[in-house]
Amino acid sequence: MAKHATPLLDQLQSGPWPSFVADIKEEAERRLKNANNVEYQIPVDVCDDLLGILELSYKDGTTHWKHGGIVGVFGYGGGVIGRYCDQPQMFPGVAHFHTIRVAQPAGMYYTTEFLKQLCDLWEMRGSGLTNMHGATGDIVLLGTTTPQLEEFYFELTHKMNNDLGGSGSNLRTPASCLGDSRCEWACYDTQELCYQMTQEYQDELHRPAFPYKFKFKFDGCPNGCVASIARSDMSFIGTWRDDIRIDQEAVAAYIGGEIQPNGGAHAGKDWGAFDIQKEVIDLCPTECMWLEDGKLKINNRECTRCMHCLNVMPRALRIGNDRGLSILVGAKAPILDGAQMGSLLVPFMKVEEPYDEIKEIIEGIWEWWMEEGKNRERLGELIKRQGLAKAIAAVGLTPVPQHVMEPRHNPYIFWKEEDVEGGWDRDIADYRKHHQR
Amino acid sequence: MAFVSSGYNPEKPMENRISDIGPRHASDFFPPVIAKNKGQWLWHEICEPGILMHKAESGDEVYTVRCGGARLMSIGHVREICEIADKFCGGHLRFTTRNNIEFMVGTLAEAKKLKEFLNAQKFDGGSHKFPVGGTGAGITNIVHTQGWVHCHTPATDASGTVKVVLDELFEEFGQMRMPAQVRISMACCLNMCGAVHCSDIAILGYHRKPPVIDHEWLDNLCEIPLAVAACPVGAIRPTKKEIVTEAGETKTVNTVAIKNERCMFCGNCYTMCPSLPLSDQTGDGLVIMAGGKVSNRISNPKFSKVVVAFIPNEPPRWPTLAKTIRKIVEAYAGDARKYERVGDWAERIGWERFFEKCGLDFSEHMIDDFRDPAYYTWRQTTNFKF
Repeated sequence: MAKHATPLLDQLQSGPWPSFVADIKEEAERRLKNANNVEYQIPVDVCDDLLGILELSYKDGTTHWKHGGIVGVFGYGGGVIGRYCDQPQMFPGVAHFHTIRVAQPAGMYYTTEFLKQLCDLWEMRGSGLTNMHGATGDIVLLGTTTPQLEEFYFELTHKMNNDLGGSGSNLRTPASCLGDSRCEWACYDTQELCYQMTQEYQDELHRPAFPYKFKFKFDGCPNGCVASIARSDMSFIGTWRDDIRIDQEAVAAYIGGEIQPNGGAHAGKDWGAFDIQKEVIDLCPTECMWLEDGKLKINNRECTRCMHCLNVMPRALRIGNDRGLSILVGAKAPILDGAQMGSLLVPFMKVEEPYDEIKEIIEGIWEWWMEEGKNRERLGELIKRQGLAKAIAAVGLTPVPQHVMEPRHNPYIFWKEEDVEGGWDRDIADYRKHHQR
Repeated sequence: MAFVSSGYNPEKPMENRISDIGPRHASDFFPPVIAKNKGQWLWHEICEPGILMHKAESGDEVYTVRCGGARLMSIGHVREICEIADKFCGGHLRFTTRNNIEFMVGTLAEAKKLKEFLNAQKFDGGSHKFPVGGTGAGITNIVHTQGWVHCHTPATDASGTVKVVLDELFEEFGQMRMPAQVRISMACCLNMCGAVHCSDIAILGYHRKPPVIDHEWLDNLCEIPLAVAACPVGAIRPTKKEIVTEAGETKTVNTVAIKNERCMFCGNCYTMCPSLPLSDQTGDGLVIMAGGKVSNRISNPKFSKVVVAFIPNEPPRWPTLAKTIRKIVEAYAGDARKYERVGDWAERIGWERFFEKCGLDFSEHMIDDFRDPAYYTWRQTTNFKF
């Protein structure tokens, strides 16, 4: 028998998509039954009370969670988000309901051994509810009490050799696509770079010293499966600068209809026979491809590596061999100054251990942002306020046409004094010798 | 319940302390076939909806079965996922960035058997536990935020709105009849933890009432200068006000005043100052945005645009939201060209046709008036359609 009636939430148990309500209800029952005699460290009815307070929100049309407050583990300023409900008398099981962010492995592969260990730990010291995963990429554990934070952290580090993720005004948990672990298009080892940068900047990840949040994301190619260009302050996108490799036999097989285009992605509808002219050559944004004697030709110098032809014919076309990444900066969601897309800072860089070149860019940007950024100003907003040229200068690069879509529309150029012959100091008396008042 | 110590000693917090070790290395978790062929993959194909095959230079093949998850998962559910991975995949699995679960096996026959097994798993209430799909030119899982389940600033629920939209579009998850992939994302307030601002279709929780001011407590709970500075439109200023307290006492307090007509309801003041709540049963609701993408394929990445300025919160099943998204999806599926994303389609036919074909009303709320970028969205040509 459920602790609270939830007539509204119950309507979310039907319908084919997995029901989070059904799942929470089953967890509530499991906790009550406690078949394994777990020594629960937070209230046994936490899941029941979560359903109860959520039902109240469904009735009232507003949230019942209060502001965080300062909770965390010793020495860290991030990784835990304090959460309290505003109806603790009605729902004591969730009076304290803090979130813990746990650092996820890059690419989010797991062994069941690791996951089961995490489940055991969270069953005893938390609500038994998780997000797999949160929007930034962390494993999110929903709901525990303050006395359990250090205990959980001690076991996470000692038993599982794993750390907390980031929250607050610091480096957020970096995330990557699955990269070359299972994808033919990864232009660099996204998982390795993500891991190495996470390790390098543990201090920035756990101890808030920034004006606001800062996100790294690592995409292996311009398809952008972790959306780095839209949602990371610094986005690392794999690319190459030599020629696309062509297997002409496979091209012929696509033309002949022996291989399905786009890996078979369009199999659910009859789009007619594959037409390489219409579906590849004419859709190439730079018009750098053509057929000659049945062979596909590419003027690689004009290619912008948009990925379309590779996506359509993955068995015929492969990324080049001179691989690396582009770095874009300043992407963010609307708060506060409107949404921003990442802007190109580094057109191309090789990815080579110990990644010193990449670290120089990261640290150059941080130094500038920490010096100039206002409280709660994202990097993108600072770049907008002071100009992209300042960001380029901050990392010691030379401006190139790749930095812009087009040159400036207005001639309001902020010349610096040192740019102008003779400087800016002039003598009015000298001027008046030739110009009457 | 007795307190069980982990071994942590609060008297000596540094004793045996381990910190700053970061996550585990991904290679600790790779299935053998992934570890063996990393960096050596040749190509892939989608064998059928929800089943991918990757071919390596070694000749090895790995078959991945992808199934949708609700993001919010209990440990009982995660343990069930583990059981499946133990039984079929040698104890390995992975999650995708869109909250899908991927099980990897060695042959197509095993993958098909696993797909059948996963599709047969149901919750007592009747919903699927592990529906297989989410590949190719279809609609994959909707990424979302915390909503009323766990967040202090949402304008709507996230898990619930996503559940009803995916119930509505369920068959699209398991098939691939769209012109290109359709990425739907959900964020329960403008903070956009879910970064929905570059999605083919975006669901966004939105407040429409300026903050209500808790004068009696404000000066105790907030730094007034921080609250003032938090407002991006300069609508908040410090002031003094004579109030009658909850205890009936009359007194003058330091507080803030808000120019309501300037407010664009971003909620940043509330984040800085809990005495300025803005959520409201009738004020809050949803915005639908469309036409964004993050891929560089064919056209540049682009932002989502507001196509429905307001839909009321209608818990528990948000019927207007689900119906409106279905209309957009059907118009796109019927009209766009192969490989054309929602935004590319809208740009080709023109946004005036987009509204017409999707059966959506246009209003003044869709004309941008927020700072400089607004100018670039107004039409500066006579090349429009009637």
